Amino acid sequence: MRLELHKVKVRDVRWGDVTKLEDGVLYVDKASAIKEVADEVFAKVDLKLARPGESIRIIPVKDCIEPRVKLSGGRDYFPGFVSPMQRAGSGATLVLDGAAVVTCGSIVAFQEGFIDMSGEGARYTPFSETNNVVLVVEPIEGLDKHKYEAALRIAGLKLATYLAKACMDSKADEVATFEKGTVAEESAKFPDLPKILYVCMSIAQGLLHDTYVYGTDVKSSFPFLLHPNEVLDGAVVSGNCVSACDKNTTYHHVNNPVVCDLYARHGKDVNFLGVVISPESTVLAGKERSASMSAALGVELGADGVVITEEGYGNPDTDLCLTAKYFEQAGIKTVVISDEASGTDGKSQSLADATPEMNAFVSTGNVNEMIVVPPMKEVIGDAGAIALLSGGSAESLREDGSMYVELQSIIGSTVEIGYGRIGCEWV
Amino acid sequence: MSYRVVCYINQFYGGKGGEEAADFKPALVKNPVGPGLELQKFFGDEAVIVGTIICGDGYYAEHIEKARAECLKMIQDLKPDMFVAGPAFNAGRYGVACGDICATVAESLGIPSVTGMFPENPGVELYRAQIFIVKTEGSARGMKEALSSMARLGLKLLKGTPLGPAREEGYIHRGIRKNFFKEKRGSLRAIDMLLQKIAGKTFETEYEMPVFKKIPPAPPIKDLKHATIALVTSGGIVPRGNPDRLRVSSSESYAKYDISGLDDLTPDKFESIHGGYDRMWANLNPDVVVPLDVMRELERGGEFGKLHPYLYTTTGTGTSVANAERFGREIGRELKEAGVDGVILTST
Repeated sequence: MRLELHKVKVRDVRWGDVTKLEDGVLYVDKASAIKEVADEVFAKVDLKLARPGESIRIIPVKDCIEPRVKLSGGRDYFPGFVSPMQRAGSGATLVLDGAAVVTCGSIVAFQEGFIDMSGEGARYTPFSETNNVVLVVEPIEGLDKHKYEAALRIAGLKLATYLAKACMDSKADEVATFEKGTVAEESAKFPDLPKILYVCMSIAQGLLHDTYVYGTDVKSSFPFLLHPNEVLDGAVVSGNCVSACDKNTTYHHVNNPVVCDLYARHGKDVNFLGVVISPESTVLAGKERSASMSAALGVELGADGVVITEEGYGNPDTDLCLTAKYFEQAGIKTVVISDEASGTDGKSQSLADATPEMNAFVSTGNVNEMIVVPPMKEVIGDAGAIALLSGGSAESLREDGSMYVELQSIIGSTVEIGYGRIGCEWV
Repeated sequence: MSYRVVCYINQFYGGKGGEEAADFKPALVKNPVGPGLELQKFFGDEAVIVGTIICGDGYYAEHIEKARAECLKMIQDLKPDMFVAGPAFNAGRYGVACGDICATVAESLGIPSVTGMFPENPGVELYRAQIFIVKTEGSARGMKEALSSMARLGLKLLKGTPLGPAREEGYIHRGIRKNFFKEKRGSLRAIDMLLQKIAGKTFETEYEMPVFKKIPPAPPIKDLKHATIALVTSGGIVPRGNPDRLRVSSSESYAKYDISGLDDLTPDKFESIHGGYDRMWANLNPDVVVPLDVMRELERGGEFGKLHPYLYTTTGTGTSVANAERFGREIGRELKEAGVDGVILTST
């Protein structure tokens, strides 16, 4: 399977008469873009722009999406959602590298997060470095939250696809190629390299805590194997309204760093087997099922080692422990990536569950650590939303517009697929 | 101007003798003594040792409150900017004395206090959370290295230089997790660690597994018909408007509400403020999280004795284990004192 990501650098975003990319500037025709995402459940749709370094706060943020479109080997993007179902991961894809669609709206009030484009808060989120087209919608009165989430999710995907589609004739600044055969082919090619599997645990708990693959909710799914190219080419989409810091946004999925970094070493010091999407359930039987079946896939594929990444904190810590335990018991060496909830003072034990097999742990930071973020000149969305966000409180927003918040209220700040450099240490 | 430093050493390093002089009473010498001479070299002209307290290990251990007060008085009079005790290496009584006087000085005078110990010194577990204890060898063979680390850390504390992780600064960590920006992103660190592990080479986990306390369950209720049952929830159900301002996540408190006159938790009076689940149905009917309606039915039907008049509530999302443990202890104690026999604990 061969995938080419044709990356066009986006260095700025501005309004324009026609949506296009010129000299690294993404021009957005606001009226057409709004028309593209229209939905009968939206009473009002607006677009805003936010660039790196600007004094802008975006709150409350639901999802971030990288604008992409298929150049060959498929059509549009996000198969099963806004393009016909087809296997993702082959042919060529145009990527507006350095741009992001940010969907903004208070769906569940507290299960969104914020992005600061400058200041202290900007250090913790990758979306302070992207040129953002922010989609702000108001739902019609009385709209069911679940329909609202679904509509906003799809609108974000449509907008991202629309932007990329308008730039299809742009010349790529860089072409990244991802090519790998079947498990059998690669194992024959690299018989001496350690076979590494990646288990991407994904929140699938229902009640707006959902992950979608090829358009379907994985809540009632078993763990399953994907070719890494499928993950890097839009098969996985976030539908998660959950604490902002450690949910994998759709942007994170297509740029999954564990997939990219294992791929970069494939054929050199590892034989990258593939990606298992493992649903995180709310009930113990579901946790046991996902953990044991993920480990069983590892055994069937002949894995020597596995990287397991968690999504969320709290009860998913049990999914993480069980998965690590079953892999280790099957003789497959395990490393986990997870964040920590060690309290605002950092003095509490960090996990809600533990197991002695989990002896190789990579930390992506304490979600409870308090930080002060300075006031921003412009707020896109609702500044007062911080009172209800996880990691915020009624006292968070101060009179001068600065905020005293837990790190967990910032989108992507401790994301557990290891996208950022932050990690906990003892002091 | 140089910073003023006061040192504390025992009778042995103070040149007063060994075990036979262990009851030596605190005495002040207005210059560096013993290890202080070497420490002064490490300070250079950035800090000057203006006094050294010498005290017998036996004296400090046997008259701890008196010794602490006498030493503190002498230290205070010298108006130091920093206090340094030891290093005590693996000497138990000396370690406890160094830890105790450092903790006292840090708290009373609010100045940086540094000591040095071997990790197995009993003083470490007693005082590590309160003070900076530089990691040393087990014996005075490691003196030079210990003093060099203590001086380096001390000067950073004096100048307010931001500290790196404990392992880099050379002290025994205080049990606090802190965020740092690392050189490599998490995914790369994980792959490096995995390849080390597969190759059977050494690797360093970034978080050692905590050991959970096992709480034995209470014995079963013998006579349910006469038992008092309480409702406790981590589901964030509060009176509308959240009068006690419980946090939506990472709770640091819980609240207690009188439900004695109620048959039902209705949405006009109660709501969920929990930040970790979809509250839609809980806000339409709070009984789905705290089943007061069903409990009243069972109470009327004589299934159990009576319902405790108070509901205890908190939010259990992102709440630290330390806080959760404290809530459990406090609520448990109150319920026990109130004669409650059993609890229905609803989570979400």
